[in-house]
Amino acid sequence: MLVSLNWLNEYIDVSAYSPEELAEIITKTGIEVESVEPVAEGVTGVVVGHVTSCMQHPNADKLNLCQVDVGEETLQIVCGAPNVAVGQKVAVAVPGAVLPGNFKIKKTKLRGEASNGMICSLQELGVDEKDVPKEYAEGIFVFPEDTEIGADAVSELNLDDLIIELGLTPNRSDAMSMAGVAYEVAAAIDGAYTLAEEKVETIDEKASDLLTVEVDDPEANPYYGAFVIKDVQIGPSPLWMRNRLTAAGIRPINNVVDITNYVLMEYGQPLHAFDYDRFGSQTIRTRRAEDGEKIVTLDDQERTLNSRHLVITNGEQPHAIAGVMGGAESEVQEDTTTIILEAAYFAPSVVREASKDHGLRSESSSRFEKGVDPNRVERAGKRACELLQKYAGGRVLEGNASFDKLDRSEKQVTVRTSVINDRLGTEISNEEMADIFRRLQFVYNQDGEQFDVTIPTRRGDITIFEDILEEVARIYGYDNLPFTLPEGESQAGGLTVNQQLKRRVKAYFEGAGLHETITYSLTHKDKAVMLVSPEVEEAAESPVGLAMPMSEDHAYLRLSILPELLESLSYNVARRQENLAYYEVGTVFISDEEEVTKQPSEMLRASGALTGDWTSHLWQQEKKAVDFFVVKGIVEGLGDQLGLSFTYEKAKLPSMHPGRTAVIRHGGRVIGFAGQVHPKLQKEFGLKETYVFDLNLEALFQSYEKEETFRVIPRHPSVSRDIALVVDEDVSAGAIEATISEAGAPLVKDVQVFDVYQGEHLEAGKKSLAFRLLYLDPVRTLKDQEVEEAHEQILAAVKDKHEAELRG
Amino acid sequence: MKERLEQLKQEALQKVENADSIQGLKDIRVEYLGKKGPITEVLRGMGKLSKEERPVIGQLANEVRESIADAIEAKQTGLEDEALEKQLEEESIDVTLPARPVHVGGPHLLTSIVEEIEDLFIGMGFEIKEGPEVETDYYNFEALNLPKGHPARDMQDSFYVTEELLMRTHTSPVQARTMGARNGAEPVKMICPGKVYRRDTDDATHSHQFTQIEGLLVDKHVRMSDLKGVLNAFAKQMFGAEREIRLRPSFFPFTEPSVEMDISCKVCGGKGCSVCKGTGWIEILGGGMVHPNVLEMAGYDSSEYSGFAFGMGPERIAMLKYGVDDIRHFYTNDIRFLEQYHKA
Ligand SMILES: [Zn+2]
Repeated sequence: MLVSLNWLNEYIDVSAYSPEELAEIITKTGIEVESVEPVAEGVTGVVVGHVTSCMQHPNADKLNLCQVDVGEETLQIVCGAPNVAVGQKVAVAVPGAVLPGNFKIKKTKLRGEASNGMICSLQELGVDEKDVPKEYAEGIFVFPEDTEIGADAVSELNLDDLIIELGLTPNRSDAMSMAGVAYEVAAAIDGAYTLAEEKVETIDEKASDLLTVEVDDPEANPYYGAFVIKDVQIGPSPLWMRNRLTAAGIRPINNVVDITNYVLMEYGQPLHAFDYDRFGSQTIRTRRAEDGEKIVTLDDQERTLNSRHLVITNGEQPHAIAGVMGGAESEVQEDTTTIILEAAYFAPSVVREASKDHGLRSESSSRFEKGVDPNRVERAGKRACELLQKYAGGRVLEGNASFDKLDRSEKQVTVRTSVINDRLGTEISNEEMADIFRRLQFVYNQDGEQFDVTIPTRRGDITIFEDILEEVARIYGYDNLPFTLPEGESQAGGLTVNQQLKRRVKAYFEGAGLHETITYSLTHKDKAVMLVSPEVEEAAESPVGLAMPMSEDHAYLRLSILPELLESLSYNVARRQENLAYYEVGTVFISDEEEVTKQPSEMLRASGALTGDWTSHLWQQEKKAVDFFVVKGIVEGLGDQLGLSFTYEKAKLPSMHPGRTAVIRHGGRVIGFAGQVHPKLQKEFGLKETYVFDLNLEALFQSYEKEETFRVIPRHPSVSRDIALVVDEDVSAGAIEATISEAGAPLVKDVQVFDVYQGEHLEAGKKSLAFRLLYLDPVRTLKDQEVEEAHEQILAAVKDKHEAELRG
Repeated sequence: MKERLEQLKQEALQKVENADSIQGLKDIRVEYLGKKGPITEVLRGMGKLSKEERPVIGQLANEVRESIADAIEAKQTGLEDEALEKQLEEESIDVTLPARPVHVGGPHLLTSIVEEIEDLFIGMGFEIKEGPEVETDYYNFEALNLPKGHPARDMQDSFYVTEELLMRTHTSPVQARTMGARNGAEPVKMICPGKVYRRDTDDATHSHQFTQIEGLLVDKHVRMSDLKGVLNAFAKQMFGAEREIRLRPSFFPFTEPSVEMDISCKVCGGKGCSVCKGTGWIEILGGGMVHPNVLEMAGYDSSEYSGFAFGMGPERIAMLKYGVDDIRHFYTNDIRFLEQYHKA
């Protein structure tokens, strides 16, 4: 809502406040002032001039040589505007004048002729292009004939006005009018304002003799009033009205349209004028549109209607979409003489549907959608009649033709001072309370601390106790509320075990050298189902998609964090940042339904993606690229953090390197995977060798058990033994390790591979694996013989299971 | 004999003095103090001496032996120190050469901010609640006093999955769920951080995915002044003790009265500058007293229980606190951006 300060000041005296102070007061009492800006910044030295002669420039076809009387002198000015003519009153920037953008006007010569100033268009004076009347859009502005020569054009055009832009919340539609803003400001500054009575002189004829109104759907249209005005003369509206509309951001058109728009701004009540002679009947009937029914609206668009829309018809065909836009057929035109003025109440939901369906958001629909004041509908019609009589030469017929089932009753809310104080934490007295209601102009009956408050219908947002509470609080001043702390029983705040674990996991990854990322959960369909861990891969058959995505790139819910992580790597690599180690902890979305009907389950996962060098120390010629074992190390470390052990099994997974990928298990259950991204996919992302891991954190957290008992620190030294085994090359180290651990239990506490060999000293197809075994009994020193026996058992087991031979 | 011992002593000490290696010293030790050495020899010849002379010579021999041994030891220590010094000299490095880097990652800026806020409210006795990102229309809207067709639903155009399911547009449904689970009897004191989604085209100030933290306190006798007190405590801890707060009226469908909270501008100290658009204040969060409809729908008797709720955007806070100029930075994950805020 754009509020002209000059206009406001005419309703309520705000001259005691600077614009900044006023903005602050309005903001603090309830409506945010978003800006205070002049209509046109920094315009000086522009006066009204009279064009006394206008000839073609001797040396230029498109220029005119004008003599302009500016009061004290007559200036010769070269003017290029196509509409300049003798006799016009125009805006002249005299030498020394300043136009927006600090553009200084000087005496000059144009094509050999002296030009001592500039005749200005509205745009040149800083008026917004969209607010300039069409007839002046391509040329200079022309003042009404009676404008005084030499007058200050800046004030004639209201360019020195300030525009206060209000950011209205949806509940404050009452402030979508100058009257509403005046009531609000009056309450804020404890000033006086009441909307003035309309004064209409009518002729003897009655509107109801010319028209009848029928309403099919009273719920959608509880009130319809049609006024009739005869003998109107279409022409420009007075300059002051045009100025006010311009200030409100509405382009002036002609007196009839301008008057309906002016009343819209003044009362917040949208009105519509039909050309009586083009309406085609004496019956106005409002009804639901038929499915497929068509109307050509004022903007010359043909629109197809349906039963959600309400239309104003002449009994047969529609002449307007109720509350949204009029029809072209009965539009007020140059030759219009009799008009039907509609002042109606349309149900908010009906207007909202129609404006949404047709993509038409207008000053009119935005007010109906929020609900207009039922007690101001008819008054607004009368106000328009008053202005049409004054400024369009109209003769107003008595009364109106109407349908009326509108509820105009005022609601009552009963409040008690003590309850309000209890809820606000204040100590407001009964007298102060009464004063607040007086400022708001809410009528009340007081009985001690009880107030029966009558809510004026202009404040449709107030219906319950809490609404009154807010009114009291804001007029009392939020600033005046004390600072207190809740008095309820205090509880200990804190993190749940899983929240603590999540923080620990993140801290671990970061300590291990990974940077946390946050990527989008909504992704492209292809990426939603890419790199999905085997334990949830079934869900990838039916990814969850949005009903109406904004773009293909964010249309589906991710089943894996990895594709967007790769996207992040890719972004960096493209910018020459090639050594990257990223992780993300986040949710993926799993649905087992073909067609989603219930909420997908949301699973917390931890994923990582690494590419480039893992370590590099240039001057010592050390450099180590990320490889499978780096990623495995990170995963293992996480296991240590949570006290969980994992096993790895080579696996072929889609989009992963078939020889460098492992499925990860914990306690036999698949909890994720790790490995190199398939080179084809790497290429698609513009990445070199890239390794990833993806873990089901939720499953890991379930398995986590907090260590709560003390374990004895071994007092006795461990014994280490090495063995080198020769096995077939496809036997995995992990399998042998598992056999050793099992056969060596309980004495073998740790098994480590320390050498892997394959080559000329071995038979083809064989490899040698060397293990270091750690024997330990926590409570006593081991005897050599015991170790020997265990060692023999281990050798037997690996021979039996893996045909492993001791390497000679 | 006496002379012989004196002579040996002089001779040995001279040799020790001249020795230039540990090995040389060892040789001297063997030569003079060994079993076949001259001093042993002297001692062996003591049999020929008179009873009176024997102890004198014996003592002298021992003294000679000791002084030679001491001299050797002293010299050895000297030589060893010298050798070590030389070795250390050779081991000298250029300490200005680059270090071997220790790679440490770090949290995302939004995580740092969210955890900081979490910790502040944990300190005030709040618990942290989480909830689903794909929500039902009921919890996302209806339970929050936004029935179907409510005009305020336009404020937050949403991503629907089905007619009844959507990407949550705020974390408030977690409040509704938490309240609902208490059967209208127990107090609630919680904050809920999380990802939320809105139909916005991504640009410098809009993101279709962003983060929100909301808080809720429901109990008997909760006052609006409590909201002011709690938010003030939060703002001072989060933004600095010198910052002032102010509340001004606003509108949210799930609160009544509603507030918007501003903090005084850090840049100009409240005088007005370009950062605060000349007002001296910067908008930080929205909140209010929980709307009675919301309490009733969650099973609370709104004449007995009251509460306050508030919500804020960590992205906005990060942008204000660190001057991040484009919301897309949070989701692009440029390493240069991520690394910048690891200390944050
Ligand atoms: Zn500032």
